[in-house]
Parts: sequence; C-alpha cells; structure tokens
Amino acid sequence: MSAAPARLPTPLILSAPAALLFGALILTPLVLTALLSFNEFEHATGRTHGFTVAHYAAVLSDSYYLEIFLRTFRVAALATAICVVIGVPEAYILSRMRNPWRSVFLLVVLAPLLVSVVVRAFGWSMLLGPEGPVNAVLMALGFGRMRLLYNEGTVIVALVHVMLPFMVIPVWTSLQKLDPAVEQAALSFGASRATAIVRVVAPQILPGILSGSLIVFGLSASAFAIPGLLGGRRLKMVATIVYDQYLSDLNWPMGAAVAVLLLAANLIVMLTYHRVVEGHYRRRLG
Amino acid sequence: MSFLELKDITKSYGTLNAVSDVTLSVEKGEFVSLLGPSGCGKTTTLQMIAGFVEPTSGTIRLDGRDITHAKANSRGLGIVFQSYALFPHMTVFDNVSFGLEMQRVPKSDRRPRVEEALELVHLAAYAGRYPRELSGGQRQRVALARAIVIRPPVLLLDEPLSNLDAKLREAMQFELRDIQRKVGTTTVMVTHDQAEAFSISDRVVVMESGRITQIDQPYRIYEHPETEFISRFVGKTNLLPGTVQAVNDRAATVSLGGVPVEIDAGALVRGDTVTLCIRPEKLRLTGTGLGRLPGRVAERYFLGSQWLYHIDGPLGTLMAVTPNDGSAPLDTGEPVGLDWTPSVVRVHRGRLAEAPDPTLEAH
Ligand SMILES: Nc1ncnc2c1ncn2[C@@H]1O[C@H](COP(=O)(O)OP(=O)(O)OP(=O)(O)O)[C@@H](O)[C@H]1O
Ligand SMILES: [Mg+2]
Repeated sequence: MSAAPARLPTPLILSAPAALLFGALILTPLVLTALLSFNEFEHATGRTHGFTVAHYAAVLSDSYYLEIFLRTFRVAALATAICVVIGVPEAYILSRMRNPWRSVFLLVVLAPLLVSVVVRAFGWSMLLGPEGPVNAVLMALGFGRMRLLYNEGTVIVALVHVMLPFMVIPVWTSLQKLDPAVEQAALSFGASRATAIVRVVAPQILPGILSGSLIVFGLSASAFAIPGLLGGRRLKMVATIVYDQYLSDLNWPMGAAVAVLLLAANLIVMLTYHRVVEGHYRRRLG
Repeated sequence: MSFLELKDITKSYGTLNAVSDVTLSVEKGEFVSLLGPSGCGKTTTLQMIAGFVEPTSGTIRLDGRDITHAKANSRGLGIVFQSYALFPHMTVFDNVSFGLEMQRVPKSDRRPRVEEALELVHLAAYAGRYPRELSGGQRQRVALARAIVIRPPVLLLDEPLSNLDAKLREAMQFELRDIQRKVGTTTVMVTHDQAEAFSISDRVVVMESGRITQIDQPYRIYEHPETEFISRFVGKTNLLPGTVQAVNDRAATVSLGGVPVEIDAGALVRGDTVTLCIRPEKLRLTGTGLGRLPGRVAERYFLGSQWLYHIDGPLGTLMAVTPNDGSAPLDTGEPVGLDWTPSVVRVHRGRLAEAPDPTLEAH
C-alpha cells in the first residue's frame, strides 16, 4: 500500500463496469442504427452504402407513416392514462392494507411481470378470439359474435395489463414515503377522505405518478409483441413497421430511420411531459 | 359533566399496553398538560382523543357526546402533531388557510385570519414559503398557527414548542395561555418539559408507562408528588432510603444508613421502610458545625439565577440549590452545614430499587 489513496480515481473505477455494459449493449447498437439509417439502399441487390437522408424524408412526408406514428402515440397515451386511473388508486389501496393482505395483493399486482409478454399476448388473443370464452359468453347472452381482436381497444387493454405494475410500483414507493400524519392533519381540519386524497395525498405522490407515466408511456410507445400479436396485420404500430422493414422488405436503412424517429419522438414527448409536471412540484417537494 | 372526558381508556398493541385505564376529565376552558417520559403513552392518548387511534376499550366523550368511534374529520379539533405534519406541497399561507377552507369560511375572511395567526407565531414574513424552506422551529410554529386559526373548541398540542429557543418558547406559551383565556379554548398539551407544563397549565397529568400516576395543579405536583417516580421526574430531588426508628405524636425519626433524621410523623409506624425526598432548593447551606448534617462541597454548577452544589456528607452526595444573590459562591472542598425545615421532607413508603446517583437525576 504505497500509492496515495486520494489519487485513485475510485468513482471512475467503480462506475466503469456499468459504463462498459451501457456502452457495449446500448450506445453501440444505437450509434450503428443511427449510422445505418443514413445509408442508401438498393432494392435490386439489397446492398447498403453511401449517405442519404432520403429515408427520413420518405417517412416524414408519407401520411401512411405519420398515421402510424400518431396511432402509436395515441395508443401509448391512452394506455398511460388508463394506467394512472387504475394504478394510482390501486397503489393507494394497497398501501392502506394491512399484512398479510398487503403482501398477497402486492404479489398479485406484480405477478404479470413473471409471465412473458408473448405468453400474455397469446392469452389475450385466445380469450378474445372468435372461438374464445368472451365470445362464447356474448353468444350465450344473445349479442352475437363480435370481432374483439385486431383493433386499437384490444391493444390498449393488453398494454394496460402488461404495464400496470410499472405504474403501481413507483406510486407505491412514493406513498411509502408519506408521513401518515399529513393525511390525518387534513382529516383533523374536517376534510373528507376524498378531499384529503385529492388535495393532500395526490400532490405529494406526483413524482411517483410522473415516473410511472414515463415508464409506461415509453414502453407502450415502443411495444412490439402486444401490437404485433393483438393488432394483427392491419393495425400497424411503429415498432411493428420497423420489424417489417427489417425482415419483410429487408430495407434495413429504412427500418433504422423509423426506429431513430421513434426514439426521438419518444424522447421529446417524455422530456416535455417531465418538464411540465416537474415544474409544478420542484420548488415544493424538492 | 366535564367537557372532555376519557373513561378507562386502554390501547394495546399486541401484548404492549401503550395506554392503560386512563381516566381524565377536562373542564371547558381548562389547560391541561400531559407530562411524562418518552414512550409513556402521551401521543397515543392524544391521538385517541383526535380519532386517529382507536381505543382498545373505554369511552371518550366530548361536550356530552360519545366520540369514541366518531370519525376524525367529524370531531372539529385543532391538532398540532408531534411531527408537525405540514402539507409539504402548500405554502405556509395555504397550510394555515386549509382548515378555514374546510370550514367554508369565505375567501375574503380567510386572508385576515391567516395573517393574524401567522402574526401571532411571528411568521408573517414567511407566508409565501414552502415548509421545506423553513427551519424546524418555524415549521413548528406554522403547525401551531394552523391549529389555532380555526378556533377549535379543543386544542390538542403534541409537544408544540419543543423546537423553539427559550425566548420564543416563552412568548408562545404566553400566546397559548392568552388564546385559552380570551377564546376559552380547552387545551390538552403534551410535553416532557416540566417547566413548560408547570408554567401554563391549570392542571398537570403525570403519566408513567401508559398509566396516569397523578393529576393535580402544578404546585401540588411539585410539592406533593404522590410517588417517588414523580418526585424524581418532576424537578430535581434528593432521595434518601431509610427506616423509621421511633415515632411520637408530632415527629418520627428515620435512620438513614445510621444517621438519624427527624421528620413530621404522618401515618408512619416504627420499622417502616421509607424514602425521603428533599428538593435541592429546600436545603439550606449553613456555616460549618451548624445545621442538621455536616458536608463538603464536591462540585458546583452555575445555573444563571442559581448555584447547584453537590455536597458530600454522611448520607452520600446531596444536591443543594442556592439563589445567585450576587455574593461569592462556595468553593469546591469547602466544608458546610446542611439544614432544612422538617415539613419540607416528603415521605414515600418503600425503598428505592437502587440508590440514585444524583448526577443522573438532573432533568
Ligand atoms: N403503532 C404502534 N404500534 C406499536 N406500538 C406503538 C405504536 N404506537 C406507539 N407504540 C408504543 O406505545 C408506547 C407509547 O407511545 P407514544 O407515542 O404514545 O409515546 P409518547 O409518550 O408520546 O413518547 P414521546 O415523548 O417520545 O413522544 C411506546 O412504547 C410506543 O413504542
Ligand atoms: Mg409523543
């Protein structure tokens, strides 16, 4: 032990493994994808070379793509909104439960995470398929067979199912940090329980709702398995057209351009949302 | 019938009785303090009155109405929480105004009332700040302002002044007393500061491990503590274990480790084991050879208005307090005599579990 310990760049050394992993597994593919998106593509040979912004121009000027982008963000926004509406009260009720019920229900909430998304998507398609139990019930009740699959509603329902834990967990965490006396204080001034929740509890768990929404929105907007399996061939979302470009058309640069645009749009939406919401609570809650 | 009545209130958490058989009547307009060491159940008692903790058994009546199981938001009490429980996302002004809003006080009336309350706690300049931008004592005063602004019939204060400096604390005590006088608010205050309990309360309730051990006026609690625990907890005291040696009509002689001491007889019989309590300020320091006991100054502490001496003598180390009248204090090592009037000695039956170390008795 001769070296002066103060000289060791300990923070750098300690963060190196994570930085390497991040660089190797996330940054490199991203950079490669971005580079690829500027390559020209020859349909005849499938070769990629040179430099062009034609793919971006094509995507941005084609209403077909714009519609898909709009649909993707609409679906993601709706799924996020529904997750807030269901997940926040769910987390609140969960935090009010006593053990052992609390542990049991927390497990129930988290259980979907243990099952693969693909399996769950198949589950939904069997449930809602023309021969599935839902249709069987509808037939028995005399409503006739309905086409439940392959529309936006189904994709949203399935996304909510998959994403709910990502909303419940951050909200639950911020609820855990609340001093129960603060809500009691509101009650002591004669506030009804509902008023106490709206005026006192909700504003304090806003950071949790914010991070939950960002996770849910980001994951929903780039979701592939659920729209792929439940949206069918007609109802396209951005992630599924990226897949199509890569594997059906073999137009990799085009697929890369769409992927980069999705990333950019996602970032813009999320950062804007973050700034707007955070601006409201920054000074108050620090 | 009293305004606020607790009858045989018990609260158990599993096997632990946080509060046991508490019975307490508070008159309208009375100022009552709950005094006791940490963990003795003061907060729990207050929370049961407030409605945040459900009593395991017993009844609570407010103004003749049984509120034992009433919802907290139907009780209309003003509460200062031990943890302040300010609304962190609201400004000081909004915090104080919240209660008025809930009472549906018109907006135009709210502002002057909030400002008045903030004025009272010396925080008028801080109305626009958020709680996290305040110091601990400032937060505490916001909590106080928030509770008094709604002019509740009953104020429940859980250590409302614990974080304030001596001067501000005195000013706030005065304000609390003033509010209670003017508006006739019934106040129940939790404190572990006995000076505070004594100076502003009509009555003090001493609690010990979940039970009430004495309810009395401050002066009586101090001068006539019913248990040895109270005499130790309330103020400083010298505790001297001994045995009654002889009793006649007017006086009894107690042997304290072989040293005979005379006290007022009371209902003692020969052979009783007793503990004598003598407050330090009731011991007089006299010249050498005078007084009842000889001694020697072991330590001296300057308390501002008083001098506190530890005097070694035949009974071990005793504490004595003399007023700082400007004359030169005694030096350590100086021999003195100790004297007292027999009537100031309080007698508790039974013996101490262990001889107390006077230096640990300081509160
Ligand atoms: N929710 C709870 N569960 C279990 N035990 C509790 C609970 N709340 C309080 N207690 C216990 O009850 C006893 C009384 O607590 P309480 O908060 O009333 O004390 P206190 O007199 O206010 O003390 P302090 O002066 O430190 O505030 C303590 O021993 C505490 O550990
Ligand atoms: Mg307490």
